[in-house]
Amino acid sequence: MNARYEFSFERFRAMVVKEFIQMRRDRVTLAIMIGIPLIQMIIFGFAINSDPKHLPAALLQADYGPQARSLVQAIQNSGYLNFVMKVHSEKQGRDVLARNRVQFVVTIPENFSRDFVRGDRPAILVEADATDPAATGNALGSLAGSINSALGHDLTGPLAFLARSESPVDLRIHPLYNPEAITQYNIVPGLMGVVLTMTMVMITGLAITRERERGTMENLLSMPTRPFEVLLGKIVPYILVGYVQIGLILVVSRLLFRVPMVGSLSLLLAVAIIFIVANLAMGITFSTVAQNQLQAVQMAFFFFLPSLLLSGFMFPFRGMPRWAQAIGELLPLTHFLRIVRGILLKGNGFEDVAVDLWPIVLFAALAVALGVKRYRRTLD
Amino acid sequence: MNDDCAIDVRGMTKRFGGLTAVDRIDLQVRAGQICGFLGPNGSGKTTFIRMLCGLLRPDSGSGTCLGLDVVTQSAAIKRQVGYMTQRFSFYDDLSIAENLDFVARMYCMQNRRAAVDESIERLGLTGRRNQLAGELSGGWKQRLALAACMIHKPRLLLLDEPTAGVDPRARREFWEEIHRLAAEGLTFLIATHYMDEAERCHRLAFILSGILLVHGSPAEVIGRSGLTTWAVAGPDLAGLAGQLQGRPGIEQVVAFGTTLHVSGADAGALEQAIASFRAAPYEWHRTASGLEDVFIQLMETPNGGTPCS
Repeated sequence: MNARYEFSFERFRAMVVKEFIQMRRDRVTLAIMIGIPLIQMIIFGFAINSDPKHLPAALLQADYGPQARSLVQAIQNSGYLNFVMKVHSEKQGRDVLARNRVQFVVTIPENFSRDFVRGDRPAILVEADATDPAATGNALGSLAGSINSALGHDLTGPLAFLARSESPVDLRIHPLYNPEAITQYNIVPGLMGVVLTMTMVMITGLAITRERERGTMENLLSMPTRPFEVLLGKIVPYILVGYVQIGLILVVSRLLFRVPMVGSLSLLLAVAIIFIVANLAMGITFSTVAQNQLQAVQMAFFFFLPSLLLSGFMFPFRGMPRWAQAIGELLPLTHFLRIVRGILLKGNGFEDVAVDLWPIVLFAALAVALGVKRYRRTLD
Repeated sequence: MNDDCAIDVRGMTKRFGGLTAVDRIDLQVRAGQICGFLGPNGSGKTTFIRMLCGLLRPDSGSGTCLGLDVVTQSAAIKRQVGYMTQRFSFYDDLSIAENLDFVARMYCMQNRRAAVDESIERLGLTGRRNQLAGELSGGWKQRLALAACMIHKPRLLLLDEPTAGVDPRARREFWEEIHRLAAEGLTFLIATHYMDEAERCHRLAFILSGILLVHGSPAEVIGRSGLTTWAVAGPDLAGLAGQLQGRPGIEQVVAFGTTLHVSGADAGALEQAIASFRAAPYEWHRTASGLEDVFIQLMETPNGGTPCS
């Protein structure tokens, strides 16, 4: 008789006990099990804000009359814009927008106060970096209301007749780079960085742990190899894979999502190598720390999570508190996103992207140095 | 220092935390010799071999491998030494030819293709050169590993339990190959648990708990143990074994099919101990002590037993 086994509580318990013992032995897994929910809660609870305020703005002011001053004050008081700099020409305004130093440029034309008092409805120009529609949407939406209510206070006495008209000023909003506020234009190029971060860190993260786990490391070390030869040999093939991914994403972005590509693709391809190497080297470093392949994957994930959430890919970077922005600034993805969006949507050139290139270079150099240092030549 | 020595090291010591895995081992192996490296599991054989080929840094000790300093010239040693790991350590997802080609490149060999082809031919695997290494049976994996660690024509081969799990015929072929290579001047240090293999070595070194206990030819090792062995045949040997075990003078009682081997270091005491059993239906006769008897005796040596060499 081939009787079926009955459910045995004892066998079930044996399994549970064994799992707990193994869980306790694998410290890294345990730490990550605890660490991930904590980090998630902190990031989602404190760092993420889909209604970003105090966005940096530049002011191009050609009139210093009382009404112009109230206007500046009104915008500042709205809480959405925060004037951090003055610019003196339209071109300078475009430059600081392109380089991501400010989110808005507000232009107050000459004779603003005079025209205002005459009831000529002077124009105010607000240019916005609208690559990420989520970052600018609310600010632009609230602008008209705060301006009208602030200027309304001044419309007393001889100016009371202006209060009747629709609005005493002509607010002109120019959402630049992504005027139709198409979210895909922002997300799809950003995906390039996200995909590279996810795959590149993971793939080299496994590289050395796999050799160690399969026992081939011992053999490799018994041969006359230098660490740099091994590490470089592990990195280079995946640079190629990274480029295949970039090519794929660019083609799909263009054909399927019609993402505009204003800037130079060759510039993008040239700077991408640094980003790829930075991620591969990070993976190698994880690989030298992890005891097994599972841990390497977990570490890669641990790196990927803040990259995804704090880089400005999913949520507006400027909506985050200072500390979260500071962490974001350390991550290569943050800078690469600015570079990709800058080149594709804004048409930035090398000088514009250089500000975001050197942090990636620094990160890559540190990760390579750490990987080489941690790679052991002996089994000690 | 002896120019004739392929391995000439003194005082080799390696500690892992509080554990001394290898404790002041001196070992000389002349060029062209096959040295069997014996010792129970965890006695420090692998650690010692790894120190010789630069995989581990010795905590103290000095000496030479092929005339090169084991501490400072490990890079140069690696180029002339072949190391075969205990566990198969080539790439399962590479074919036989690809594995060999990888190794040949690692040693920057000229005429790489010719060397790979020759190696595959010697292995007798010409028809299967594109088979993945992971698909090979245990015996073929060992042969591939040996071929791979010899592709750069090393002068010294360190083999760590090369025939574990290999069938007798493959083992015999393996050892014939090794004797042929030794005749050509290659030196071997081979860790093994098989006594028949130990008997095929020129020299034996026995280590226990990191200490070298005996070093010499198989005959010397047996002779020096001073072990006397009696064989007994008869009915209910299991019952007899139970009665003999633990009597003063008797160190080992081992069943060999239809006979029982009874041994002890003190011939007189042993004879006294078995005296009362030397009657019908049992038949007793003196027999030569085997390496295994000696091996077991050495394993029972209390820690720190007087090493002799």
